[in-house]
Amino acid sequence: MSRQLNISLSPHIHGGMSTQRIMWLVVASLIPALVIAFLTFGVQAIIITVICIGACLLTEWVITHFVMHRPPTLLDGSAMITGILLAFNLPSILPWWMAIVGSVVAIGIGKMSFGGLGCNIWNPALVGRVFLLISFPAAMTTWPEGVGAGARLLVTTGASTHAIDANTGATMLQLMQSQGIGSLDPDYLGMMIGNMNGSLGEVGSFAILAGLVFLLCMRVVTWHIPVAVLGSAAFFSWVFGGNPILDLFAGGLILGACYMATDYVTSPMSHRGQLIFGFFIGFITIIIRRFGSYPEGVSFAILLMNSFVPLINRYCRPQPFGEKQRREMLKKTA
Amino acid sequence: MLKRFKKGGIHPNPMKLTAGRPILATEAPREVRLLLSQHIGAPAKSIVKPGDEVEAGQMVAEAGGFVSAPVHTPIAGKVKKIEQVRDAQGLWKEAILIEAAEPEEGARPERVDFDESHPLRSDEEIERLSGQEIIEIVGQAGIVGLGGAAFPTRVKLTIPQGKKADVFIINGAECEPYLTCDDALMRRYPREIVAGLRYLMKATSAPRALIGIEANKPEAIAALTDAVKDYPEIEVMPLRTAYPQGGEKQLIEALTGRVVPAGGLPIDAGAVVDNVATAFAVYRAVKFGEPLMKRVVTVTGMDVENGGNFIAANGMATDNLIELAGGLPENTGKVIGGGPMMGRAMSTVEAPLTKGSGGILIVPEKESERGAVSPCIRCCRCVSVCPMSLEPYLLQNLGQFGMAEEAREAGVLNCMECGCCSYICPANRPIVDYIRLSKLQIRKLPK
Repeated sequence: MSRQLNISLSPHIHGGMSTQRIMWLVVASLIPALVIAFLTFGVQAIIITVICIGACLLTEWVITHFVMHRPPTLLDGSAMITGILLAFNLPSILPWWMAIVGSVVAIGIGKMSFGGLGCNIWNPALVGRVFLLISFPAAMTTWPEGVGAGARLLVTTGASTHAIDANTGATMLQLMQSQGIGSLDPDYLGMMIGNMNGSLGEVGSFAILAGLVFLLCMRVVTWHIPVAVLGSAAFFSWVFGGNPILDLFAGGLILGACYMATDYVTSPMSHRGQLIFGFFIGFITIIIRRFGSYPEGVSFAILLMNSFVPLINRYCRPQPFGEKQRREMLKKTA
Repeated sequence: MLKRFKKGGIHPNPMKLTAGRPILATEAPREVRLLLSQHIGAPAKSIVKPGDEVEAGQMVAEAGGFVSAPVHTPIAGKVKKIEQVRDAQGLWKEAILIEAAEPEEGARPERVDFDESHPLRSDEEIERLSGQEIIEIVGQAGIVGLGGAAFPTRVKLTIPQGKKADVFIINGAECEPYLTCDDALMRRYPREIVAGLRYLMKATSAPRALIGIEANKPEAIAALTDAVKDYPEIEVMPLRTAYPQGGEKQLIEALTGRVVPAGGLPIDAGAVVDNVATAFAVYRAVKFGEPLMKRVVTVTGMDVENGGNFIAANGMATDNLIELAGGLPENTGKVIGGGPMMGRAMSTVEAPLTKGSGGILIVPEKESERGAVSPCIRCCRCVSVCPMSLEPYLLQNLGQFGMAEEAREAGVLNCMECGCCSYICPANRPIVDYIRLSKLQIRKLPK
């Protein structure tokens, strides 16, 4: 008597990578940046992050359970990432209820209204951030005073004291716009290790870059988008007479390039397309910073380019193997 | 730096559990069921009837068309009947059932082995054969591609008008995980493979030959390098290990840098490709007049007690071969004919072996089921690994929604179903399944 065997089509083995594993690797890679945020802004940073994560998870569960009647999708980790990234885009002293509003918009409108994971057009965390920025412009641009003491414990640099005073209550980019670049005497090292003002995720550029290196090593992301964004931003900053280093490190560009622009769902499907996508994000960011009324333009640049992804996908299709040779052969026989 | 194909590809765990195991002769089976359709093309036509006495090596079915191949019996005995049997996929197929005569008391059981004691032709006689005569011998011996596709070799060797083969390529990549039958053959019979290759070069008038072997088989590379040292026109090229290096078009690109036109054949790039086992079968046919009726088959799997490389007779029941490797383990969940990437799951282990079956992979229950499918997160891994530069995520959607016309536009017919996309997909999406469906839908389109 023959036994019952499982039947399926090939391939019969799988590489072992799963959506869940990818998402948790991303969460893990964000931990250093969260630590820097905590050292810079104190426990307030953790509270905002927890509020955002909780609100995002709850929103997703409510919508899948009561509206879509689907099994819960919380364990795939993507709502958690949206929560962390949204928190990273907020000032630490934002009222708690605004953080919740931002989370509901991010998940509810930014993601679930399109059908959930994999279906959204725009990066959910940025949808939440921009909604808050437009609705509560004052609260979204009010920063705590006298920050920087915590992060400085990590690296003691004697020269950085005056930079803290200059930064109090305003970000570098706001200063750049209000006072002009020439009047600034930025403390670059302090800026990179978190000794400056801004949103939670803006301050620890090195921690964010470390997270990116981790993701590159784990093959979660490829270099194309971050390099294209940062490269083109530095280039256009130089073209328009800015300070490329300041433009790269002073705002949310590093966070945007490493985590928001690389969001799988809302970025192009080919490496060529990704380079184009990244190039224009860098370009638009600098245009907004230099000529727009907002001091910061990364979120708008990414959301704008998200809208172009279907178009980029359409025109950046890979050429099938042997297609060029096929055409040549046809030409020869004709 | 060793070469490899350029675009895409994956690096599955090689799992060559039976590497280094010798090629073992087996006891001749008491009965064989010879499928009439065990190659690509028209089924063979039976030329025997129930009750006929047959000799070992006798042709029992002739080619049923130009793209077809005759079938020979590996055992002597009596044709019992011609009946419908279930093949490995569970489909009913016509087969010739042959039963061996009762052995005489005390006689040694017949062995299935590559006997070298009675050559049919001396080297001088072979030297005098014309290319056309070699192609005829290959055709009469029922030789088909032994890499898995089982395409009749005679057809491949017949170069179409206006084309020219300037390089003959021997595929010793064996990029499928688990399988070691080609590796074992290359280690044991390097000179014979090279002899077969020289007959093939003569048949196609190819002035030069390349043997591609992945670098993870150093013994095979050493053996063949030694075997070709008197033939400057033949070169052994180690390749950087990557799947699907053994794909015809990928191998040609890796070895020569040439790209076969989309929708074209290797000959469009001036190449003919055959597997090492095919070259060996050609050697046996030309030198010994032995038709293709046995081959090396790897029996392997994580929990297989005694896996190895066996010389198995065509038409032998698969479970008899598995017995030789220690039997089917208790926890078996799936039995695959071929390798894990492109092999086919068997619905019954009683099915007869065919010319194309180079491996039997026994998968434990817990590894035999697929993971749950989740939504596509558009990570573009499938696009990155596709060796044919297609967009698998898109082809899957088109297949799922029955958009055959659009799928054809998107190049679905270029897909060789290597499975890289499904292997890499973090959402476990059944990409290749829908690509196959899409190809069926295209076949049904009005012309």
